[in-house]
Amino acid sequence: MGKKPRKRDGWSWWYALFALQYAVLLWPALYNRVEPRLFGMPFFYWFQLLWVVLGALSTAVVYLALG
Amino acid sequence: MPWADRAGPPLDRVALAIFVALFGLVSVIGFAAARWRRGDLDLLHEWGLGGRRFGTLITWFLVGGDIYTAYTFIAVPALAFGAGAVAFFAVPFTILVYPLLYLVLPRLWHVCHRRRYITAGDFVRGRFANRWLALAVALTGIVATMPYIALQLLGIQVVLGALGVSGTGAAADAPLLIAFLVLAAFTYSSGLRAPASIAIVKDVLIYVTAIAAVIVVPAELGGFGRIFAAVPPAKLLLAVPGPHTTGAYSAYATLALGSALAQFLYPHSLTGALSASSGRALRRNAALLPAYSLMLGLLALFGYFVIAAGLDKLPRYAAGFRQFGNNFAVPALFLHSFPSWFVGIAFAAIAIGALVPAAIMSIAAANLYTRNVHREFFESSPTERRESQIAKRASLLVKFGALAFIVVVPTQYAIQLQLLGGIWMIQTLPAVMIGAYTRWFNPWALLAGWAVGIAAGTSMAVATHLTPSFPLVLGGYTIPGYTAVYTVILNLLTAALLTPALDALGGPAARADETCAADYRD
Repeated sequence: MGKKPRKRDGWSWWYALFALQYAVLLWPALYNRVEPRLFGMPFFYWFQLLWVVLGALSTAVVYLALG
Repeated sequence: MPWADRAGPPLDRVALAIFVALFGLVSVIGFAAARWRRGDLDLLHEWGLGGRRFGTLITWFLVGGDIYTAYTFIAVPALAFGAGAVAFFAVPFTILVYPLLYLVLPRLWHVCHRRRYITAGDFVRGRFANRWLALAVALTGIVATMPYIALQLLGIQVVLGALGVSGTGAAADAPLLIAFLVLAAFTYSSGLRAPASIAIVKDVLIYVTAIAAVIVVPAELGGFGRIFAAVPPAKLLLAVPGPHTTGAYSAYATLALGSALAQFLYPHSLTGALSASSGRALRRNAALLPAYSLMLGLLALFGYFVIAAGLDKLPRYAAGFRQFGNNFAVPALFLHSFPSWFVGIAFAAIAIGALVPAAIMSIAAANLYTRNVHREFFESSPTERRESQIAKRASLLVKFGALAFIVVVPTQYAIQLQLLGGIWMIQTLPAVMIGAYTRWFNPWALLAGWAVGIAAGTSMAVATHLTPSFPLVLGGYTIPGYTAVYTVILNLLTAALLTPALDALGGPAARADETCAADYRD
């Protein structure tokens, strides 16, 4: 409360990071494969787990950029 | 001895003792929570929202307990065990939900904080000045929440069964009843502070269990390579779509998308979010909560651990699988891989993991009933004390409804109703989530859209024998997709088409918005 008005209102290009997550994860053809494996884990599984981390990082980036 | 049922798994005394001790500990915490960050529990926003005082850390535990429930921890691995790769939709779902938490929820938090709204119904009432629309939002929330609570109780039932606690007749349900009474009592006396404090214990236990299992089990089974080699090829990946269909791909993507869109419309998620102390705490949590998604992804793999270890073929677990179906996969894995004392900890983690969301859900449903049904239609200006009293009683009623559900109705119905619940819940998206951005929609048009969405969603779900995916045919092309996504589009189209017409009919007098643009900002 009572914070200075922020650039957060309206569109910001930083939100493209959110759109990217939607574009990648909602396109299963992109990652529905076994190879390359990581520690014996098929690509389908480790790729999506990797995006958990990438998603969290991009939210952190947006937070730091926009407050 | 009513407990010595020959048909069930053997009674594990060490595990049971630790389980009971931990359960007792959280019960004490639940009651003591009334005194934590003390507030006047005779005020609804104190009882039902914890006084909106929870900072980033407590919000992390509380909303984490909302999204990643005990049922999730049982059902997602069970789905992986039974159906394979499709169960992993839970991972993109719990990734895609966080941009929404970051963008939409702080706006809702601010307007609710400024205008003293406690529920989504309150917000819709204020934004669109239409109590029938608010009623629709409230009733959808209450009806969708009931089977969800029932499934949490099912989670407790499964671990009790796995501990060997079973019986016949009335004794069969006695332990569940005890657990339930404890839950009802501390929710009544402490309100949202109870699940908030218990969530901390629950998470420590869940993380310890999950990390232990991810380290111990793959080592026992010879590494991830061997585990995945044991999974039948048909389960390992999504089926590649044939000609003229998007097949499993569109089903997978829409399941993730629809679940993400519906998540924060559920009353318990919104209650968790509104109890935060600031919009900033929510935005921080959008970056911090994915820690749970990582764990959920690893937990989903437990289903494969069970396949690799061949547990469903061992006579020791046959009774459990017969009684609980695939939901027995995770308990069987813990029984198989851990010593008794750790089984006690792991099962307590699941049972306590059920108490947290069950408590928040009953509080959220009670808030909705009190504000948008009782106060709106039966008793226009109750005193604050009376209002919180109504909510406390409503929370008991909701829980007894859920208990009756799980005891009387076959489990399959609770699961199917929970599925329907998701389809119903998403129909409040235009009023609540889009309402957080614009009041362009006419309230009666929103109500019509909601009705169309509920009717279409229910009949599509019935037509597909209560499976989540509907095979939409467009120009000879089949696009299977989550019914919730299709019907919310229909809902939006209806509302958009009717808005200009109804606005012309009703004139500007029919539109009133007590909120202003500044209410939605920091």
